Amino acid sequence: MGNYILKRLISAIPVLLGITIIVFLIMAMIPGDPATAILGSYATPENVEKLNRDLGLDKPLVVRYFIWLGNLLTGDFGRSFSLNRPVIDEILERFNATLILAGTAWVLCAIFGILAGVVSASRQYGFADKAITFVVLIGISVPSFFLGMMMILFFAVNLKILPVSGMFAIYGGGDLPDLLRHLVMPAIALAVVATGVVARLSRSAMLEVLRQDYIRTARAKGVGERRVLYGHALRAAMVSIIPVLGIQAGFVLSGSVFIEIVFQWPGVGRMLVDAILTRDILLVQGGVVFVAACYVFFNICVDVAQSLLDPRIKT
Amino acid sequence: MNFVRLIFRNRLAALGAVVLGLILLFVIITPLLPLQDPDVTNTADRFLPPFSEGHLLGTDHLGRDLLARLLYGTRVSLAVGIFAALIAGTIGSAIGIVAGYFGGRTDNVIMRGVDMLMAFPYILLALAIVAALGPGLFNALIAVAAVNIPFFARNIRGVTVSLAGREFIDAARLAGMGHTRIILTELLPNVLSTIVIAMSTTVGWMILETAGLSFLGLGSQPPQADLGSMLGEARSQLITDPHTSIIPGIMIFLIVMSINLLGDGVRDALDPRLRSGALTRPRAQTLVDRGDDVPADDQKGILNLQRLSTQFHVGPRIYKAVNEVSLFVKPGECVGVIGESGSGKSVTALSVMGLVPSPPGVVTGGAVRYEGEDLLDMPFEKLRQHRGDRVAYIFQDPLSTLHPLYKVGDQLKEAISVHHKVSDKELTNRAIDLLKSVRIPNAENRVRNYPHEMSGGMRQRVGIAMALANDPEVIIADEPTTALDVTVQAQILALLDDLRRERGLAIVFITHDFGVVAQLCDRVGVMYGGKIVEEGSTTDILDHPAHPYTKRLMACVPELGGGKRELAAIPGLPPIVSDLPPGCAFAPRCDKATEACKQGEITLDGSAHKVRCIHPEEEVA
Repeated sequence: MGNYILKRLISAIPVLLGITIIVFLIMAMIPGDPATAILGSYATPENVEKLNRDLGLDKPLVVRYFIWLGNLLTGDFGRSFSLNRPVIDEILERFNATLILAGTAWVLCAIFGILAGVVSASRQYGFADKAITFVVLIGISVPSFFLGMMMILFFAVNLKILPVSGMFAIYGGGDLPDLLRHLVMPAIALAVVATGVVARLSRSAMLEVLRQDYIRTARAKGVGERRVLYGHALRAAMVSIIPVLGIQAGFVLSGSVFIEIVFQWPGVGRMLVDAILTRDILLVQGGVVFVAACYVFFNICVDVAQSLLDPRIKT
Repeated sequence: MNFVRLIFRNRLAALGAVVLGLILLFVIITPLLPLQDPDVTNTADRFLPPFSEGHLLGTDHLGRDLLARLLYGTRVSLAVGIFAALIAGTIGSAIGIVAGYFGGRTDNVIMRGVDMLMAFPYILLALAIVAALGPGLFNALIAVAAVNIPFFARNIRGVTVSLAGREFIDAARLAGMGHTRIILTELLPNVLSTIVIAMSTTVGWMILETAGLSFLGLGSQPPQADLGSMLGEARSQLITDPHTSIIPGIMIFLIVMSINLLGDGVRDALDPRLRSGALTRPRAQTLVDRGDDVPADDQKGILNLQRLSTQFHVGPRIYKAVNEVSLFVKPGECVGVIGESGSGKSVTALSVMGLVPSPPGVVTGGAVRYEGEDLLDMPFEKLRQHRGDRVAYIFQDPLSTLHPLYKVGDQLKEAISVHHKVSDKELTNRAIDLLKSVRIPNAENRVRNYPHEMSGGMRQRVGIAMALANDPEVIIADEPTTALDVTVQAQILALLDDLRRERGLAIVFITHDFGVVAQLCDRVGVMYGGKIVEEGSTTDILDHPAHPYTKRLMACVPELGGGKRELAAIPGLPPIVSDLPPGCAFAPRCDKATEACKQGEITLDGSAHKVRCIHPEEEVA
């Protein structure tokens, strides 16, 4: 087991390097001269050249990449000019909020997606199956940002049972119940599409497994129908469901950008959008690399979970 | 044409097609409609509600006509989405084809790169690209196309790899065609349909993704509007004037849903498994629909099949897999059922305990009596208690019949614990004893093995041990030795023979192998086309086969030390049981067949040795 985890961690290194290279190359595509952009178009050529030298921009691309990578490894993501603080501080502060939001949504999509899929499969073509299929279809077609806005309109404005936006109440908030009240709508809005995808997949995975010979064996042994479904079939179906849960984590992280904007959630997504609009490139660069790296590690956890579930994966 | 019909048979897909068609129609004729200019502001008429005079859907925060903006915005969104899909599809497919066609290093390097792109949550990559290029509709389009390229590259590569190994590509290469020409004239036409389907299913995402970027203010810039930016601009007036948000939001929803519906329809229409019903969930017990015609108990043994008929109902077709089969077995006796693949022998076996998957299986007639009690009539809970406890099965191919994720010991323990309340320690001991009883060495450690950690012979023994777990009265063994090599086969047959002598077990043994029958069985039934065509004691059948089919079947068995005897394969194929001719099913392959063989039902005649033939090889007693 320990070996397997170590192997997966080592195999993540080239992926992480790849991520930094891709991000670096994308940022190198930026048209124009950063020094001119900082100094303004009235700067003298000498000044531009000096700043370029100071920033290391006169060096070749490859050298610049390694300098940047070296800085990343020591935790130096540069300094955000729009916020005038180290990029890493801002990211760490914001990532907490994103993690709470995306994590909750991911847990919701895993629980309700699998549940809906299993119920749907076990009552195939029955009323519950049709109802779930219909709701899932609508769920995966609604843009999460639109759904979020409609939820605000309904639950916060019309019914006034939930706060409109933010992570904590401005006055007297800050405790857990306050956080949860603020979390309900954005987490659900974010989870809906992923739940639909998981439900669809779980349903078809269950139906696939229920046709397998070892299910017939279980029935021939006299195993009751409930145990056949939840003990034998679901266990085997999880092997194909878990990788999808990993992919959905990426979708949930992606979707949180929109949801953070709609609900004014103080997370990384909102930070990135603001950074793009203020052209704060270092902040974008740092944020993207950081979140992508976290996602890579999360997927390693998913693989480890998979290997715990499926003894056929060589550990 | 057939394909279009299939889609329209799916009502939801048809609905999607109609909605999408309507939207496309409106969008195409938008410039011809008497609409106001979508960009003309009129601050005096801000936030008019829907159905105001001159503004069917009202106006936005600058007094612009919402209907005009909605239609023009939809135009932009659809165009951008489709364009992005085309770009991503073209570039991604090109990458995939190159990787799949050339293989080796090229493939490796390209796919590593693709994997790295896929390591990003997609929106992060899109945001990074927009950050570099700057906000704008065209840049958003590039970003969305770029993040979807890996999806196409990976899918198309998979299809290409399987095609690149095929003969016609080799033939083209041998004919001296260049790589470019092979790719363009041989490969591309074959992957094109996959590319088109992938594009049509992803265009929905891409519309959604560009709308999302515009919503964030990173896509289309004012005054130009697409659906996303309309929604984004309306967000600040969500509470006071919700209609400005709801209108573009519903439009996005309708577009995406209709594309999804259509895409599902396309996928279902293309999936052969869905059409054949292979993805329907089997019930816990085979459906029984046999009317009132239940044969009376003739008390012929512990397990007694009386005129059992099992059919598969697939759409309008009916496959008569088992047709009025009667068979019985007494305690301590072993009865063989022999026949080719598709003769109905396995379905007969599975029908006994209601294990034929339904749908599509239906038991349409007869009775299955265990100690006189009709199993077909039994409530499920009681049948379940008999399964594995009184009547147990041994299946063929134990790699697929044992659960791959549970230790064999746990599977054995479960077989006991579903019928008897026993402590866990006792269960473990019994599991070990069972493994020992089927002569698995080192049973104490083997209980902790997973099926994939065992050899085929070991797994088959586990299957047998599982059948023995509750000391059943009857064992139905469905080709338990087919997958094994001869020495293991001999050991397992000897084991079964011992068991029936020691424990007085009744065995029904399904096989296609006369050698096995000779070794183990007291009596034999020969099945063909869902019917028993000959039945009698093993010696009678082996020494004096009466049915031409039995004789031909035995002629197929090579004999060790038998010299250079001609092995006579039976010409033709077993009949398709959906379309059985009247009379003898074997007649088309039989060299003795006459016109009389094809006229009407032929009965199974004889007392001890019975045969269903009007020109038997030997007269039966």
